[in-house]
Amino acid sequence: MATTSTSLVSPGRSSPIAALIRLRALIALLTVFVFFAVLAPHFLSVGSLLITAKHIAIIAVLGIGMTYVVLTGGIDLSVGSIVGLAGMVAGSLILNGLTLTMLGLVIYPSVPLVLLVVVLLGGAIGLANGTLVTRFGVAPFIATLGMLYIARGAALLLSGGATFPNLVGDPELGNEGFPLLSASRVLGIPTPVVIMIVLASLAAFVAARTPFGRYVYAVGGNARAAMLSGVRVNRIKTVVYVISGMCAALVGALVASDLVSAHPASGETFELSAIAAVVLGGASLAGGRGTIGGTIIGACVIGTLSDGMVMMGVSEFWQMVIKGTVIVAAVILDQLQGRLGGASNRG
Amino acid sequence: MTAAAPSTPVALQARGIVKSYGATQALCGVDFTVSGGAVNVLIGENGAGKSTLMRILVGVEQADQGELLLDGTPVTFGSVRDAARQGIGIVFQELNLCPNLSVVENIFLGRNAGRGFQIDRPAERARAAEVLQRLRADIGLDTLVGDLRIGQQQIVEIARALVEDARILILDEPTSALSESEVTTLFQIIAELKRNGVGIVYISHRLEELMRIGDHITVMRDGAVVASVPVAAASIPWIVEHMLGEDGVLPPRVSTRAPGAPVLEIEEVTVRRPDGAALVEQVSLRARAGEIVAIYGLLGAGRTELLEYCCGARAGEGVVRLNGVRIDGLSIAERVEQRLLLVPEDRQREGLFPNLHVGSNLSLSFLSRLAPRGILSPRAEAQAVDRMIGRLGIKARSGETPIAALSGGNQQKVVIGRCLMRGPAAILLDEPSRGIDVGARAEVFEAMRALSADGIAILFTTSDLIEALTIADHIVVMAAGRVTASLATSGADQTMLVRAANNVPLERDDQSQLATHSFP
Repeated sequence: MATTSTSLVSPGRSSPIAALIRLRALIALLTVFVFFAVLAPHFLSVGSLLITAKHIAIIAVLGIGMTYVVLTGGIDLSVGSIVGLAGMVAGSLILNGLTLTMLGLVIYPSVPLVLLVVVLLGGAIGLANGTLVTRFGVAPFIATLGMLYIARGAALLLSGGATFPNLVGDPELGNEGFPLLSASRVLGIPTPVVIMIVLASLAAFVAARTPFGRYVYAVGGNARAAMLSGVRVNRIKTVVYVISGMCAALVGALVASDLVSAHPASGETFELSAIAAVVLGGASLAGGRGTIGGTIIGACVIGTLSDGMVMMGVSEFWQMVIKGTVIVAAVILDQLQGRLGGASNRG
Repeated sequence: MTAAAPSTPVALQARGIVKSYGATQALCGVDFTVSGGAVNVLIGENGAGKSTLMRILVGVEQADQGELLLDGTPVTFGSVRDAARQGIGIVFQELNLCPNLSVVENIFLGRNAGRGFQIDRPAERARAAEVLQRLRADIGLDTLVGDLRIGQQQIVEIARALVEDARILILDEPTSALSESEVTTLFQIIAELKRNGVGIVYISHRLEELMRIGDHITVMRDGAVVASVPVAAASIPWIVEHMLGEDGVLPPRVSTRAPGAPVLEIEEVTVRRPDGAALVEQVSLRARAGEIVAIYGLLGAGRTELLEYCCGARAGEGVVRLNGVRIDGLSIAERVEQRLLLVPEDRQREGLFPNLHVGSNLSLSFLSRLAPRGILSPRAEAQAVDRMIGRLGIKARSGETPIAALSGGNQQKVVIGRCLMRGPAAILLDEPSRGIDVGARAEVFEAMRALSADGIAILFTTSDLIEALTIADHIVVMAAGRVTASLATSGADQTMLVRAANNVPLERDDQSQLATHSFP
C-alpha cells in the first residue's frame, strides 16, 4: 500500500479501452519494436541493438532529470546545451588540462575527477536555472531558454567553435581511459545502459519512497497548497533543476566519450527528445503526473524509432514527420485518458 | 411563497426553478420576480442558493426544472452572451476585466461594434463616452483598467452591461470591495438606472445597505425562498430571523472545560493592500488551549487576510505568538514545524492535491516524521493514514482512493486531517463549512469540537452567525479590517452581532471622504 504515490491513475473499475490507453507507451514500444524487427534488416543483430540501447540510454538519462522538472510543472530547455558544454569542458580538461596561471603549471585531472567536475558544472547551471525560476520569478520556459543560449555560447567559446579531438588521454599524465566510459561493459552490458538502469532505479525510488519525491508531486499538483502545508516549494523547484542539469552533464560526458571527441554543437535538440520521452511516458506538462518508468519506456520508443528508421533508410525528413506525429498522438491519448479517468472518478 | 405582485411592472420572472449538483439540491422550486425600475434585493446566508439562482438567470447554468419568463414570454439562455443580448447584464462579485486593456476595449470586449473583423473604433468610443456620462463617471476612455481603483473598475463593468441596453442588471455583492465614498457613488448610479426603468437585482449581506436602497426584498434559505416583501415591510431583526430560520434558536455552545493557557496570541496586526489601503487594521485576539474562537464577519472584512498573515502566507505587521514564542518572522514551513497550520478557504485552489490520492493528501505535512532516515515507511504511512480516516470519519474506501472521488465535505476533512497529523498546537480554519452540504458541515464541526477537547486552540472564520454561535466559545466580529466586537458566546445577542458585522468604523469614513477629491 501507499508505496505508489506515483500510481496516480485510479484503480478499480476500468474498461479495456482505458487499460489499453494507460498502457499505451508499452504498446507503442512493442509495436515499434516488432515493426522494425520485421522490416529493418539487421535491426535484431546484437551490434545494432547495443547501439540502439546506448542511444536510448542518452535520451533516458536526460529524461530522468526532465521528469522531475516536468513533475513540478516546469520545463528544462537547457539540457541539450548543457550536454554540449559538459562535453567541451571534459574534452578541454583531458586535452589541455587546467592551467593554474598563478603557479605557472598545468594539471591534468584523472577521468573520474573530470566526470566529477563536469557533473558539478551541470548542477551549477541547474542551480542557476532554479534560482531564476524561484528567486526571480522567471517562467521556466524563458529561464531555461536563456540558459540554452548561454550554455551553447559558452561551449562554442571554449574552443572558438572547434572540436576537441582524440580524447584518449595520456598514461603519462594519468588521464587515460575517457573513451571507456561509453565503450566498456559491465557484465556484458554497455556502461551507459548500466548508468541508465542505476539512475532510473534510484530516481524511481526517490520519487516513490522519499518525502522529497512526494513533495515534487505535491508542488506540481498544487504549489499553493504545498506551500501552505509547509513544503519548501522554492527549494524543491530549485533541486529538480539541479538534478536535471547534473543528468544532462553526465550525458555530455557520455556523448563525448562515445565519439572520443567533443564537439560544441553536440546535444542540439536533445532537449526535445527528452521532453518527448517524458510526455510519451505519460507525464503531464502541467505537472503532478508522470513516472520515471514511463519516461524510460518513452525513451525506448523514441530511441528505437529513430534508429529503426535510419536502418530502414527512411529519409531524415520523413523521420522528423513521423516522430512529430507519434508525440502528438501520445498527447492526444493522454487527454483521452484524463477524460476517461475523470469520468470514472466522478461516477 | 411569493408575495403579491409588486406595483412596478414585472420584467423577468423565474418560476419553480430546481437545480441539483449530484446529490446536493441547490435550488428546490424557487420563484423569483425582477421588477423593472426597482431594486430587487436578494439576501441569504452562504449556500442559500443566491449565486446559483443568478447563474441560471444569466445563462451561465441551466435549470433542471422550471422556466424563465421575460416580459411574460418563456425564454432560455444558452450562455451569458445570449442573456446579455436579451438585455440581462450581470456584474459578478469578482470583476472580469482585462487589466492590460483600456476602458473602451474592456467595455466592448466580446461585443465589438462594427462589421466583420473591422472594429468601428469611433462608434465604440462615442457609445462608451455616452454610457460613462450616464453613469456620471469621470474615467478616461483610454486609461488602462489595471490603473483604476476597484470602484472605478466596477463602474466599467456596469458600463459593459449598459452598452447592450441591459434592462435588468444583477449586482452580486457589489460593495464588498468598495470604500464608503465609492458605495455612495454606486448608489447614485443605481438610483439613476432605476429612474430609467432598469430592474436591478442586488445581492448583499450588508443589511443596512439593503434597507437603504432596496424596494423589494427576497430572503432565501437552503435553496428556497422563505420570504418576499416590500422593503418598507421589513426590518433588520425580521431579516435576520428569516435568514437564520428555525435553527436560529439553537442553544449556543456550552463550554465543557475551563480554557487553558493562551496558545495563539495575535497583537496589533495590520495587513495592507499594495496601494496602502488597510485590509486588516490593528487586530488583536487570542485563542487559548481547548478554546474555539470564531471570527465572524462579512466578505471583505479582512478575515482571510488575518489568517494568512498568521500562518506566514501574507506580508504585514504585528506580533503573532504561539505558546509564548514569537513566530511572525518565520517562513510558512517553519511555522508548520512550530505546529501552527491553516485550513484555507478555497479547498480546490489552496488545499487539495488533485493528482495525489487521499492518503498522500493526508500525510503531506507529516512526511518528515514518517521517514526517520529519509525513506518513507509505507506501512507507517498507511497506518497513520488509516487512523486519520477513522478518526475524522472520512468516507473513503482506503488511502488509495483518488481525492476527486470524495464529496466536498470529505475533501474538507482530508485538508483538516493533514493539519491534525502534524499534531497541531493551534489550527486556523478559513470558512471551514464553505461549499459543503449540511450533513458534512455537522461532521466537520463535530471534528472541530473533538479537537478542542484535545487541547488544540482553534481559530475559524465564518459568515454564518449560527455557526459562530453553536461552535465557538468566543466570537470576534470583524468589519472593514477591524474588530468591532469581541465577546463570549454565552453573552452574545444575534442582532447585535449582525450589526457589529455591518459596522463601518468612523475613521475609515473620514479617510474615504478625503479620497473623494480625486474621485468626484
